[in-house]
Amino acid sequence: MKKIISVSEAAKLVKNNSSLMIGGFLRCGTPTKLIDELIKNKTGNLTLIANDTSYPEHDRGKLIVNKLVKKAIVTHIGTNPETGRQMNAGELEVQLVPMGTLVERIRSAGAGLGGFLTPTGIGTIVEEGKETLEIDGRKYLLEKPLKADVAIIYATKADKFGNAFLDGTTRNFNTVMATAAETVILEAEELCDEPLNPAEVTIPGLFIDYIAM
Amino acid sequence: MELSKEQCREIIAKRIAQEMHEGDVITLGIGLPTEVANYIPHDMHVIFQSENGMTGVGHRDLSAPENPLVTNAGGMAVTTRPGAVFFDTAMSFAIMRGGHVDATVLGALEVDEHGNLASWMIPGAFVPGMGGAMDLVVGAKKVIIAMEHTNKGKPRIVKNCSIPLTAQGEVDLIVTERCVIEVTPQGLLLKEINPLFSLDEVLAATEATLIVPDNLLQKAV
Repeated sequence: MKKIISVSEAAKLVKNNSSLMIGGFLRCGTPTKLIDELIKNKTGNLTLIANDTSYPEHDRGKLIVNKLVKKAIVTHIGTNPETGRQMNAGELEVQLVPMGTLVERIRSAGAGLGGFLTPTGIGTIVEEGKETLEIDGRKYLLEKPLKADVAIIYATKADKFGNAFLDGTTRNFNTVMATAAETVILEAEELCDEPLNPAEVTIPGLFIDYIAM
Repeated sequence: MELSKEQCREIIAKRIAQEMHEGDVITLGIGLPTEVANYIPHDMHVIFQSENGMTGVGHRDLSAPENPLVTNAGGMAVTTRPGAVFFDTAMSFAIMRGGHVDATVLGALEVDEHGNLASWMIPGAFVPGMGGAMDLVVGAKKVIIAMEHTNKGKPRIVKNCSIPLTAQGEVDLIVTERCVIEVTPQGLLLKEINPLFSLDEVLAATEATLIVPDNLLQKAV
């Protein structure tokens, strides 16, 4: 059985200065209650690893607006003007990463790989400072694994074993982030008394450290 | 010839729809590229992929709750078509980067003679990020650029891109309201011209050198 704790206890596991992965693609599949609790606690100086910085009035976007993030490693900031403003003012460091590369860097960390070779970014500024290799006549960039201190992820429902089902397009980064952090906290919309059907589990419970309810 | 923005978009989207084939897996960018879906014949079965994690994207779902479980890459609620599938981002980019997408349609800020594409930032002015565009353009079998021929009169089809690239040499076809251009090893080949425009009007609005064949097709969409 997994440790089931309150959202408020769970949010305290995220310390100032930590690297934090947060699942979600814009608003879809995001652990909103945990994020609100981090804002309440003013947990700051975070390195945020996520697909995007959402919108100013929602989830990850509110962490930016509340100036709790010192560095964002993301693929897209266009929906949150505050991210761009803080970046241009030198208040926030933003590292933009191609989406396929970001997810694969996280997957590598969680899958015990030392990195991977991708053609994405060759001939662009993404290539700067990176090693390139030629394999069978094609040029690739060496991209390295990316892990975090804590990952907070979303599930539509979970059982007490931590097994999680993610409906619709909520899977996005949640599945790989569950594998790539020291501490993984799951925020489920529904906690089921009965075990989930094994064939319907999106994320195996073995990756989950805490369920926040 | 002056066309409204809406007229331009319709011409471009209609013409690109003619590039699609039965069974194609297609990934459309946000904005004008999304409109291509409106002109694909109803009896043609194609599979629309969305980078955030689905194939079988349907229409916008106006009845969905405020924070829905099924969205497109623009975060908007969408319906599913029969045969639809959900997956995570790692799978989505295996599909895109792995060469399983037959055609992608994307907008551009600039495209050049070498098939280079710039679409994700203007240094100091506009930095939204590349999102999934770099992977998509590298991986899709056919990259089609949908854009108005000029930016308020300033050419977008240039000799060399002046802003940071999305990808090098990956563009296959450029479709504007004025013409259709194929990227070939010899350079940019003018394939078709919209009869509403003269050849001189097309060439004057294009900085890049265009190869004009003897059998240039005049084709209304």
